[in-house]
Amino acid sequence: MPIIINGREVPVPADARVSLLDFVREHLELYGTKKGCNQGACGACTVLVDGERILSCLALAVQYDGREVTTVEGLASDGALHPLQQAFIDHDGFQCGYCTPGQICSAVGMAEEVARGVPSHVTDDLGAGEIPLSQDELRERMSGNLCRCGAYNGIVDAIAEVFAGSGA
Amino acid sequence: MIELAYTRATDASDAIRRAEGENAKYLGGGTNLVDLMRETVEVPSALVDVTRLWDEIQETDDGGLMIGAAARNTAVAEHPAVRAHYPMLTRAIVAGASAQIRNMATVGGNLLQRTRCTYFYDTDGSRCNKRSPGEGCDAIEGFNRSHAILGASPACVATHPSDMCVALAALDAVVHLRSASGERTVALCDLHTLPGDRPDVETVLAPGELITAVQLPPSNLAARSTYRKVRDRASYAFALVSVAAAIELNGGAIADVRLALGGVAPKPWRAWRAEEALRGGPATEASFLEAADAELADARPLAGNAFKVDLARRTLVAVLQQLTEGARR
Ligand SMILES: Cc1cc2nc3c(=O)[nH]c(=O)nc-3n(C[C@H](O)[C@H](O)[C@H](O)COP(=O)(O)OP(=O)(O)OC[C@H]3O[C@@H](n4cnc5c(N)ncnc54)[C@H](O)[C@@H]3O)c2cc1C
Ligand code: FES
Ligand code: FES
Repeated sequence: MPIIINGREVPVPADARVSLLDFVREHLELYGTKKGCNQGACGACTVLVDGERILSCLALAVQYDGREVTTVEGLASDGALHPLQQAFIDHDGFQCGYCTPGQICSAVGMAEEVARGVPSHVTDDLGAGEIPLSQDELRERMSGNLCRCGAYNGIVDAIAEVFAGSGA
Repeated sequence: MIELAYTRATDASDAIRRAEGENAKYLGGGTNLVDLMRETVEVPSALVDVTRLWDEIQETDDGGLMIGAAARNTAVAEHPAVRAHYPMLTRAIVAGASAQIRNMATVGGNLLQRTRCTYFYDTDGSRCNKRSPGEGCDAIEGFNRSHAILGASPACVATHPSDMCVALAALDAVVHLRSASGERTVALCDLHTLPGDRPDVETVLAPGELITAVQLPPSNLAARSTYRKVRDRASYAFALVSVAAAIELNGGAIADVRLALGGVAPKPWRAWRAEEALRGGPATEASFLEAADAELADARPLAGNAFKVDLARRTLVAVLQQLTEGARR
């Protein structure tokens, strides 16, 4: 079965060692997804698989056949930026921009987790069906994405604007 | 070039058959194995993908839970029955790694992630008895701030990094195993072995043996339980010390208690001695301290990690106080 990457069917690589990250970058020339550490420690390589955020550097591409992978290139539709992409621009959510595709894909996946009621390390009440996306919740849930430029305040503002109203 | 074959198992017996080859490994989310393969610490010639095996979470007839080995860590943490009846397990899982990694990681893979330290990863720069048995350990005289204070040996002082396993140890979880010769169960507390002079061996699993499920027995205390993790930064870091605790009071006395420690030992460390000291006694700070001291009496800190003894003692006491004061976490 092929992998579906940003809506396009592509055959899985023949070599089992190829990571999903190298596959999208080197084989498909989708350079949006970034390689920071290549060992699971930075989040720069975050992509969505069937809507869930994962680290493409620790994923072997062969494991993902039949799955729908969305990279940052797949978020815009008909040339219009995803609202979160626009919010990153509006709030200066980056400096060098290297962590940004991972931040954006991660935040899209995070919003889905919050909507589903997945608790986090800072959630007080595990029985709560609805978990408001407070500043603490947002920062904890995004802690898997590091930014060496320290653009965190802009990143948090951008995500809060799109996914938490202005309340976060 | 080293050949690497990849196949995907359709069920448990298929997985076992496929893994019969020379140097095959089961592949879960890959978050530990792919990393170690890239560093050439693990060099399998075949991978058998077990992520599409049983991944459900079901209530058992006795009121406990059966969790498929392929269940993702996030799925376990968010499950309503886990949140309601075993809150320490949800808290332990969401204290580990990052959301992305928890979405990938399976229960089986979390249990069998390697007991490790940075010297283990440093294939060209450091000696490591776990990687190359008999070669020596550069951590013992090295930078050993994060290493073990309990259960280690002169051969190896690495810690088991799982948060989830610490809660599972405290919850008396039972691991279901399957191999060509049949099925068996092992208590989570007996799954991992101490390093002794064979730090390359970390579990009682036979070659090719597959984890199929983890069973949680019903518990009167687990609904009142929590997990606290102390680390160098607020999130996305391994534990320096962690404590999983459940306690049941009868008046001012401790009717029953379950305790386990993480970050301090080569395996999830069930605090049997502290439990023994507490059971039937008063729920006071003095008795909590006494129990912590009983557990830590055998601690053998290294040059860099003596602080862990105090930290473990204080964290244990604080968690017990929190639970007995009825606070949420
Ligand atoms: C940057 C980073 C930070 C992390 N921080 C934390 C942390 O703070 N706390 C924490 O607890 N963990 C942490 N982890 C570890 C993470 O939790 C584990 O890597 C993960 O749980 C492993 O699960 P997996 O399914 O990806 O396993 P894999 O990597 O796929 O497999 C691990 C091992 O288990 C074996 N295996 C897998 N499934 C089975 C099965 N069913 N039967 C038999 N053998 C099997 C494999 O052969 C392999 O040897 C971190 C990891 C990274 C990369
Ligand atoms: S490149 Fe994947 S986490 Fe850093
Ligand atoms: S903007 Fe430079 S790393 Fe985040």
